Amino acid sequence: MFGKLTTGDIVQDPLTLIVVIGMIGGAIAVVAGLTYFKKWGYLWREWLTSVDHKKIGIMYIVFSLVMLLRGFADGIMMRTQQAMAIGESQGFMDAHHFDQIFSAHGTIMIIFVAMPFLFGLMNLVIPQQIGARDVAFPLLNNISLWLTTAGGALMMISLALGEFSNTGWTGLAPLFGLEYNPYVGVDYWMWSFQLAGIGSTLGGVNFIVTILKMRAPGMKLMKMPIFTWTSFTANVLVVLTFPVITIALLMLTMDRYLGMHFFTNDLGGNMMQWNNLFWMWGHPEVYIVVLPSFGVFSEVVAAFSKKRIFGYTSLVYATGVIMFLSALVWLHHFYTMANNPSVNVFFSITTMAIAIPTGVKIFNWLFTMYKGKISFATPMYWTMGFLVLFVLGGMTGVLLSIPPADFMVHNSAFLVAHFHNTLIPGALFGYLAGFSYWFPKAMGFRLNEKWGKLSFWGWAVGFVLAFMPLYATGFMGMPRRLAHLNNPDWTPYMYIALVGACIIGLGIFAMLVQLFLSVKDRKKNMDVTGDSWGYGRTLEWHTSSPPADYNFAIIPTVKEIDDFNRMKEEGIAFKQPEKYFPIVMPKNRPHGAIIGVLTIVFGFAMVWHIWWLAIVSFVGIIGTVVAIGFDDDSEYVIPAEEVKRIEDERFAKIREAMAQKTNNE
Amino acid sequence: MLKKSSLISLVRGVGLIALTFFLSGCEKFIVFNSKGPIGQKEAQLIIIAFVLMLIVVIPVFIMVFLFAWKYRASNKELDYKPEWVDSKKVEMVVWSIPIAIILVLGTLSWIYTHKLDPYKPLKHDLPALQVQVISTDWNWIFIYPEENIATINELIIQADRPVSFKLTSSTVMTSMFIPQLGHQMYAMAGMQTQLNLLAEEPGIYQGLNIEYSGTGYHTMHFKAIAKTADEFNAWLAEAKQSPDVLNRAKYDEISGQRIMNYPITTYSSVEPNLFLDVMAPYMEWMGHVGVHPEDYLESQGHSGHGHHHHAAPDMNHDSHSDHDMTHEDHSGHDMHTMDTDTLNINK
Amino acid sequence: MNTTDINKIEELEALRVERQHHAEINTFGLWIYLMSDLIMFSILFATFVVLGKNVAGGATPQELFHLPFIFTETMFLLLSSVTFGLSMVAMNNQNKKAVLIGLIATGLFGLGFLVMELYEFYELAASGNTPDKSGFLTAFFTLVGTHGAHVFFGLIWLISMIIQVAKKGFSDKVRSRLVRLSIFWHFLDVVWVGVFTFVYLMSMI
Repeated sequence: MFGKLTTGDIVQDPLTLIVVIGMIGGAIAVVAGLTYFKKWGYLWREWLTSVDHKKIGIMYIVFSLVMLLRGFADGIMMRTQQAMAIGESQGFMDAHHFDQIFSAHGTIMIIFVAMPFLFGLMNLVIPQQIGARDVAFPLLNNISLWLTTAGGALMMISLALGEFSNTGWTGLAPLFGLEYNPYVGVDYWMWSFQLAGIGSTLGGVNFIVTILKMRAPGMKLMKMPIFTWTSFTANVLVVLTFPVITIALLMLTMDRYLGMHFFTNDLGGNMMQWNNLFWMWGHPEVYIVVLPSFGVFSEVVAAFSKKRIFGYTSLVYATGVIMFLSALVWLHHFYTMANNPSVNVFFSITTMAIAIPTGVKIFNWLFTMYKGKISFATPMYWTMGFLVLFVLGGMTGVLLSIPPADFMVHNSAFLVAHFHNTLIPGALFGYLAGFSYWFPKAMGFRLNEKWGKLSFWGWAVGFVLAFMPLYATGFMGMPRRLAHLNNPDWTPYMYIALVGACIIGLGIFAMLVQLFLSVKDRKKNMDVTGDSWGYGRTLEWHTSSPPADYNFAIIPTVKEIDDFNRMKEEGIAFKQPEKYFPIVMPKNRPHGAIIGVLTIVFGFAMVWHIWWLAIVSFVGIIGTVVAIGFDDDSEYVIPAEEVKRIEDERFAKIREAMAQKTNNE
Repeated sequence: MLKKSSLISLVRGVGLIALTFFLSGCEKFIVFNSKGPIGQKEAQLIIIAFVLMLIVVIPVFIMVFLFAWKYRASNKELDYKPEWVDSKKVEMVVWSIPIAIILVLGTLSWIYTHKLDPYKPLKHDLPALQVQVISTDWNWIFIYPEENIATINELIIQADRPVSFKLTSSTVMTSMFIPQLGHQMYAMAGMQTQLNLLAEEPGIYQGLNIEYSGTGYHTMHFKAIAKTADEFNAWLAEAKQSPDVLNRAKYDEISGQRIMNYPITTYSSVEPNLFLDVMAPYMEWMGHVGVHPEDYLESQGHSGHGHHHHAAPDMNHDSHSDHDMTHEDHSGHDMHTMDTDTLNINK
Repeated sequence: MNTTDINKIEELEALRVERQHHAEINTFGLWIYLMSDLIMFSILFATFVVLGKNVAGGATPQELFHLPFIFTETMFLLLSSVTFGLSMVAMNNQNKKAVLIGLIATGLFGLGFLVMELYEFYELAASGNTPDKSGFLTAFFTLVGTHGAHVFFGLIWLISMIIQVAKKGFSDKVRSRLVRLSIFWHFLDVVWVGVFTFVYLMSMI
């Protein structure tokens, strides 16, 4: 009836148990709150079934931030363990527990923090930046969100029932095979990864089509905002490489469920094939999460320097070159697998070559600041922090790209420091810059600047303290993923790293305070014009904050790069159009939510071998997809009068605000 | 406005930390305190590359702070030129400098990758000491085939004499690494990889597994002890006196169950062809029938460079794709990772 | 005609253009999706090349594959594509009956293909050559099986389209869905030609 699942699988470990009870308590509180305030209907109609890209974007980001808390908790536990476990002391957990934590930390941070955060930002911004009313496939967008969430839910369930994988976020062949890992940990990892990955592939298809087919008239490719460009290249990489990981995980599924031999030692499997397939996805994935972040920095640096981005064309080409090269470097993750030196050199040079366009980008950002008029708001802080810290990460990356140098630090703490040094300043700082930059656009009020800057300092200082020591211990021969240390020379550095992690924790705390205070004081910080910072250059600042369902009452006609800036210069940015037309908009539909819930059930049933439930839920998923195919009632029309009413209201407010402004002056 | 003082203190903090790292005893940074020619060259390479990259990195640091300061909105004598958004000259410079540096680094990488190929035997007056390494869950077995002895969880080598390692794994992928001597190499089941190192002076060096391999991974460290020629010979003689022998049963006992920290033991004799026997079953599965370990043994000493590496995923298709190892002479063909691929059945 | 009427006509025209644009977008989206699907298959092909020789002392492709059988199977799928093409021609002529006959024929040929494939799998398994026996069989079953799964889901889609054509006739939406199904169906055909060539024919050499 319940497959492999018995009461014995409920987690026993006291620490985890406390967390699980806390989580269940939280869930009960949320459910009770929703019931008490009678908000279930609202939640269902306006959010869970929403096909509005802005709401989907917000949900993605909320999900990502929740998972960030979990991932950070894992991180600080690892730092504590490594600071404690030396010599006689075994730390506060055993090796098996530690191994699950580093696996969960990596999986969460990449798949359930970085990916949803970037899809959240793309959802929020791209349709507005290109002057569209929604993405190309609004319902598919909702389904993507639900698939990602389903993966995350499965990941959370693994805390309470069974265990998580111990083979790292990358998976390790043949360690993750049935022979060495017969229990459910690897299955949880595999399914949550797989489901979220399919969601990402669909998201990638959606955004490629959106960007290529739904741009406002006049917006040629070379007039697109840089964030749209970098997101486009990231999505091309998504569509090219996520299928690889989908198939690799399918192969692992075959190995684990049907006893096949893709990655086993015996009967003709080939464990090296996993390394190839994983990193054919895994390396482009790094650029998938970093490129949109580069886009955010480009937008932010231009807006706050009050200058168009320097060298637009070369920045676009550099992005393209990065996209192309990123697909040709995967082997640098295993120089040490006895490859022919000539093969290693090929991948070494392609890897180094990525430093060229990346360097160009850095100079483009710097020269955007040059002869600018820079205001240092929170998004600019993140950008500055990125410029300083990311360069270090890039430098160590080039070091690692030289095979003989890599032979000395591969899989060491140095490597851990390197990729955190690229991903935290490179990706996360960008997302947080984007978060603070576009928050007023999405919510209609500005964030508290003081606490935002404190949050930045927490992250920046904490990051330096937490990861610079790891560079050092890497040169002292310290491996990554170590549950217990055997060399006392490393321990002082682990103390510094722990302090750093705690300071990052303060940064996260500051962010929560910032959110709380900003919501509390929102009436004081309303954004009326839609141009929240006053420096907006691209079309997303042309809509109201938060934008109406349809974003643009009249689709703008684009004339140049940074077209909203042109409108402002020509004094037509806030001129109300004389005539409105009815607008066709997609309807909210329940299919995504149904598929999402069924997917969680399906994943859970597969993990525990509850075959009947797996079949029932799978048939349910297919049935829902077929039902979508029959559903012709997918859109509704907003009449021109209604559009006029909404816009009149908006422009009344704008006029009022402008009048006030003139009075004040 | 950006708080300049806090930025400066941040920079100062970073500098201080870096300084403490390097002052707290350079010998702890064993990668830079290498006792072998391989490790020394690799450490040098790291430093050269680091310095080269500073050519770009230092200007970036300066520009970030300089531009941020000079073009702050509150600057009274601001030179604000929003129309300055393109410059052929600047573009030329920002493309050509990174390209030049990468050209130099790429050349360095090309030269050193070939020069420091782990498979390359080290030139020396003395013949290399042969050591076969088997990683198990979770211990290291070192077999000295020419001396017919073995040790577990401790590697004894002779200083100033090259060591030629052949590695395989009885279970999952591992990576053997002795940071003070030089590069690491993966060990994989059913395959043989190679590693050539040399310790210039006697000493005790830390050795470890640096590829996560399961619950006992953190215990997979060992001492690599380099002895002088006399000491080494004395140790060999002593090893021959050991009451323990590494026969098949003993090996099965060690590798069969997942144990950590197996007590350091020296074995006075080793089951013949144990190393190949560990690999053989997996190799048979790779499409080969009737493998006789003896056939491979002959090939051990060879190190023909042509194609003893594989290039995953498509392995070497060159030259001997229909070469049947069981019947033919295979001089010049080294048994290694993917040569199994060449072992076709010729039905 | 007064101004309100002119406004109404203008508005309706705008809506019509928007909807037409959307049908075009849907088809473009399918192409992008097929690209990602093609990558999945190419990875399976590459893995088949890597593992194909690892028969682990078991049966070899030469012993297992019966080309005439596979050829017949291939013909079924190719014919199904032909009948689909014919029903697309019929659709353009607004001939509902011919479209339905064409689609049903396509479904039957597709089903025949699937049944033959399953029979092949059954025979292999019955003779002890299950996918857990060797790297070669693992790669073979997964590659061919993944294609089979695509055909299976294609059939479900086909049935749903037969029902839609029967019930709703040729509305704009139904027409554009049918166009997309036909692209998908031809895509499966192309992939199968690859399977037939690289898995069956090449293994026999």
